[in-house]
Amino acid sequence: MTMTDQFIYTEPDPLELAEYREQVQTWMNENMPKRDPLNPWHPSEDDNERSSRNRELQRRLHDAGFAAVCYPKEYGGQSLTVAHQRIIDDVSEGFDMPILFSAPTLSIIGPILLEFGTEEQKQRYIPRFIRGDDLWVQFMSEPSGGSDLAGALTRADKDGDSFVINGSKIWSTFAQRSDFALMLARTNWEVPKHRGLTMFIVPIHQPGIEIHTIKMADGTDEFCQEYFNDLLVPAENVVGKVDDGWTVATRLLFHERAAVGGASPYTQGKMRQRRADSLEDLAVLAAKEPVGDAGNRRQQLGRLETLNRVHRLLSDRVVRGIKGGHLPGPAGSLVRLFHGLVGVEQASVNMDLYGQQALVWDEGASVGDHGVRFVQRQAACIGGGTTEMARNIISERILGMPRELATDKELPFNQVPRNG
Amino acid sequence: MRYDLTDDQEFFRETARRFIETEVPISTVREWHDLAEGCPQNWWRSAAELGWTSLLVPENLGGGSISDRPIVDLSIVADEMGRGITPGPFMPTNVVADTIARSGNPAQQTLLEEVVSGQAMLAWAVNEPDGLHLDNNFATHATPTNGGYTIAGTKVAVEAAAQAHHLLVTATAPNGLAQFLLPTNTVGLTITPQESLDLGRRFAQVQLEGVQVGTDALVGSPGAPTEADVCRQRNIMVLLQCADNAGAASKVLEFTVEYAFDRYSFGRPLASYQALKHRFADMKMWAEASCAAVDGAADALAAGQAEAQMISVAKSYVGDYSVELMHECVQMHGGIGVTYDHDLHLYLRRATVNRGLFGTPSDHRAQLSQMLGY
Ligand SMILES: Cc1cc2nc3c(=O)[nH]c(=O)nc-3n(C[C@H](O)[C@H](O)[C@H](O)COP(=O)(O)OP(=O)(O)OC[C@H]3O[C@@H](n4cnc5c(N)ncnc54)[C@H](O)[C@@H]3O)c2cc1C
Repeated sequence: MTMTDQFIYTEPDPLELAEYREQVQTWMNENMPKRDPLNPWHPSEDDNERSSRNRELQRRLHDAGFAAVCYPKEYGGQSLTVAHQRIIDDVSEGFDMPILFSAPTLSIIGPILLEFGTEEQKQRYIPRFIRGDDLWVQFMSEPSGGSDLAGALTRADKDGDSFVINGSKIWSTFAQRSDFALMLARTNWEVPKHRGLTMFIVPIHQPGIEIHTIKMADGTDEFCQEYFNDLLVPAENVVGKVDDGWTVATRLLFHERAAVGGASPYTQGKMRQRRADSLEDLAVLAAKEPVGDAGNRRQQLGRLETLNRVHRLLSDRVVRGIKGGHLPGPAGSLVRLFHGLVGVEQASVNMDLYGQQALVWDEGASVGDHGVRFVQRQAACIGGGTTEMARNIISERILGMPRELATDKELPFNQVPRNG
Repeated sequence: MRYDLTDDQEFFRETARRFIETEVPISTVREWHDLAEGCPQNWWRSAAELGWTSLLVPENLGGGSISDRPIVDLSIVADEMGRGITPGPFMPTNVVADTIARSGNPAQQTLLEEVVSGQAMLAWAVNEPDGLHLDNNFATHATPTNGGYTIAGTKVAVEAAAQAHHLLVTATAPNGLAQFLLPTNTVGLTITPQESLDLGRRFAQVQLEGVQVGTDALVGSPGAPTEADVCRQRNIMVLLQCADNAGAASKVLEFTVEYAFDRYSFGRPLASYQALKHRFADMKMWAEASCAAVDGAADALAAGQAEAQMISVAKSYVGDYSVELMHECVQMHGGIGVTYDHDLHLYLRRATVNRGLFGTPSDHRAQLSQMLGY
């Protein structure tokens, strides 16, 4: 099955789309909070407030029929086309959106449940997150490594109708305020690494899971580490087949690349984190409190605007290319790589445009976030699979170059050398 | 190359590629470097037979396109010509033909038949010695006289001026911009061939000294309508430059990837070294993103929406990354990459000229910022 099987790419009638745009615009004007370009994020908000604000906004979208519109009707979506979602994305530019739901819940977890979930799993979980009830997170990376995902060490041992989980996951974003996780664990140690994994649905807040937040370099504590001690997960929570979790994980990575790269039809609103990534916001600021030479500023803004627009065009092109058979499925990595590099550029330009205010600021002023963000810059090239992994995929799976040497491929996993 | 071609467009593209591969392989491109006229006239006529000069000319004037988006059709040819570094006055001929078709008087439009058949080439005399005129502020002046104008000024880097039958001259008149269509044998007009980094295409200086013309030489009305024409001409020109560079970059990357498979060092192909694989991955991304930027610019022009912005986005991106990609590919080749016999420098020469004329990437970034209000 390919990514394009699941949603509708046909171009609807332009007139219909124009009407839809108007509808969305009118509704947003009346119902969604406006984003303040000079203060677009919510710096004083704590995790709890952030979580409730996002849930509440998702609920509003849902009740008006503008949530996750590409999802099938029977699971709480609208069965509309990608063009409709793009209109919502465009129109929502000036508004506060429930960004927390975009990834991984709607753009990564949802497609996996649609593709591999049992009917019961789909009915049970999908409508709830479209309505804003549940946030999901991915339990993939482990302390021993994230790039080599198939080398996961967390174990799941069958015991009657359940699996007993032991081990640890890490770098899971916002797990402390999320409700469910998709987790990859090892169910068979006697076979090579790709053949002994299983994907599970795990309710997060329950005995057997201990969650610790990890303070990040920017001072926030979005990252979490989880420890599993004889956690019981019922067998009905297996997604796909037992020992076939790598098939599911491969698709998960595919959707993750699409989401991170901005090519997912399931994200709502532009994929923006807490902080301003919008050029309009920057432009307002650059005009209001100009820093440095005007010619230089124009170059930087022009460059950023160029990269942002080309990012979107590339993402459309790659989706078209995959669909038409011009590009192989892994081409999503092109967009993922582009995204990482734009993120780096964005953080650098932001800091320069804010000048010394981003370095030394009045107590409590949020402008310092731009300096802090610069320090955290490389996150865009790490989260969602690193840009090095993207480059491996592009060179090997698009250009067909020889694969990197791997000594562990055919070895039973219990004989594979580990971190020293 | 676009990924959304219709069957007709795909056939058109494939025909163009086969024509270029059989009629103008790079060995022929090299032979034509010695031709003062750049390309043989009879070859240009056979290119015109494929539709290369008819796309922007409406059917009632003898032209015709492949789809209902002729601009997109045109960018398909530019992309293929870029892959083949194919000579010929493709860009100026189409740009000027478009303006004659839209704004020319009936007498001027009769010329289009010869353009479509490949008998006449056209040139656009717009660039001036002090460089860029994105602000439409030209030193070349058209002064009204009894029943006409006197034009004086100097134009440089005018592609195909010495080969063309007619020149479109852009000048400043008292009430705004004015454009004139002049036969190249007009009295007072001196055309002097210039040398260029690009060994395939031909450029010349055009000196206008007291050139006397009647109002019947005007193309369109001076002032705002002509300014709109000039903007459109520049937009199409930049689109074609970008499509040319995106096609060229894709081609250069293809043969360099092949080279990396064939060339061994330390007992293994270059393509097996991760340090190089990662650079190839970046290049693949630049090439696809360049094509994406061209897709976006062509779509914007075809739809008449945010054209100037998307054109500047394309030039800002493609101008830089296509040329950067070629330099990287030189690096991947090692010593052979900096020789005259290798084709790489031919691609670089042409792409560098496309990058710099009609606004550098930085000019277009500044332009883009200004269009967005800062
Ligand atoms: C903001 C953010 C959010 C995240 N959210 C989540 C989440 O919600 N859930 C989750 O499970 N994980 C999450 N992650 C973790 C992320 O997926 C991993 O950090 C990532 O996959 C890299 O794994 P690692 O940190 O173990 O680094 P490693 O895999 O140890 O890699 C270290 C370095 O070596 C390079 N490298 C490794 N192998 C190769 C190779 N074969 N070739 C070339 N270079 C190589 C890497 O690119 C990297 O530069 C998040 C990370 C970030 C930054």
